[in-house]
Amino acid sequence: MVRRALPSREELLEILDAVKDPEVPVLSVVELGIVRDAVASDAGVVVTITPTYSGCPAMQEIETEIRRALAAEALGPVEIHTTYSPAWTTDWITAAAKEKLEAYGIAPPGLVESSELIPLRRRAATVRCPYCKSQDTEQKSVFGSTACKSIWFCNQCRQPFEEFKAI
Amino acid sequence: MSDPASFSYLTRLGDDRLVLGHRVSEWCGHGPILEEDIALANVALDMIGEATLLLKLAGQLEGKGRNEDALAYFREAIDYRNALLVELPIGDFAFTIVRQLLFSVFSLLQMEALQRSTNADLAGIAAKAVKEARYHVRHAAQWVVTLGDGTDESHARAQRAVDELWRYTGELFLADAIDHAVAESGFGVDPSRLAEPWRVQVEEVLHRATLAIPTVAYMQRGGRDGRHTEHLGHMLAEMQIVARSYPGATW
Repeated sequence: MVRRALPSREELLEILDAVKDPEVPVLSVVELGIVRDAVASDAGVVVTITPTYSGCPAMQEIETEIRRALAAEALGPVEIHTTYSPAWTTDWITAAAKEKLEAYGIAPPGLVESSELIPLRRRAATVRCPYCKSQDTEQKSVFGSTACKSIWFCNQCRQPFEEFKAI
Repeated sequence: MSDPASFSYLTRLGDDRLVLGHRVSEWCGHGPILEEDIALANVALDMIGEATLLLKLAGQLEGKGRNEDALAYFREAIDYRNALLVELPIGDFAFTIVRQLLFSVFSLLQMEALQRSTNADLAGIAAKAVKEARYHVRHAAQWVVTLGDGTDESHARAQRAVDELWRYTGELFLADAIDHAVAESGFGVDPSRLAEPWRVQVEEVLHRATLAIPTVAYMQRGGRDGRHTEHLGHMLAEMQIVARSYPGATW
């Protein structure tokens, strides 16, 4: 039997880059930072993932898709570990991925707000409309079609849009 | 390693969020406006997600082979350890929102402290829950101000909700032998330490909302020991019926 060289972490991440987030199909689970690690050994592949939100209903689907992508490469049994620490943050989304989000019509996340506990503090940062790029926008609801998004309205082009919430 | 205090403590944390998450999910499809319907569904999803992680860890530490589903669907009301506050029926929108404020501020303070738990899994779950609870607090606080400092009708309803709910808030901060044991070991946090910061936060919001802070002499209690209102059993009957009718079913 001819032994193949084991794929490196980078090669595994390249394979997993084909797995898109089912709720934000323009980004892969690698670009979102959901995949934290991938290690191949003779015993198979171990992938470590972290959920975006505690109750994210897409996690099961993402696990299934990761298994499917790796099965196609015939690297042996696939084990998926879930880690909660460090907690997922939108700061892990790369600049290139943020551009993809905006082109897709979702305002990318800004920087994570400070951890001050002042419940009535309004966020100071404005969110740019992904369609006409105006800064004249207002938040309609902190919660959008999925846990990771909020609903905004652009006063310039009169277009509602979603923002990927900084968390 | 089986550790009774840690297990009991985790069921308190998990049951608070499971029961309130289920209650809030009752608004799905019934919210006063579409955005709020979606917001409440999101908040419910966060809490049920947190409950899933907490109960899963509880089952692991218990070491009797019970997972999060076994704990959620196959325990009786008497085995639930949530505070009475979270099991009360949803009432009107004001009642739901005021309760969200009272619980979310508590939850945020609790989870902030639990980020320093000596148990790495619990610390990780807490770090995640803090981010979610911060959004929950902001959402509820803005609504309480909108309703309290709104029309005569919305003010009256918000005040009625505060008055009805206040007597259920004392239980959140009661510490018993279980709390002392987990605080001692560094696994958990003594809830009585959270009372003062909670009062400061909540009173600030109620002041801005022009709502009066009630003075009640008697605080309800019992949920942490499994003594519940009649409402929990009805809620669990609905929540558990599918899992009990079709044990082991998956889809």
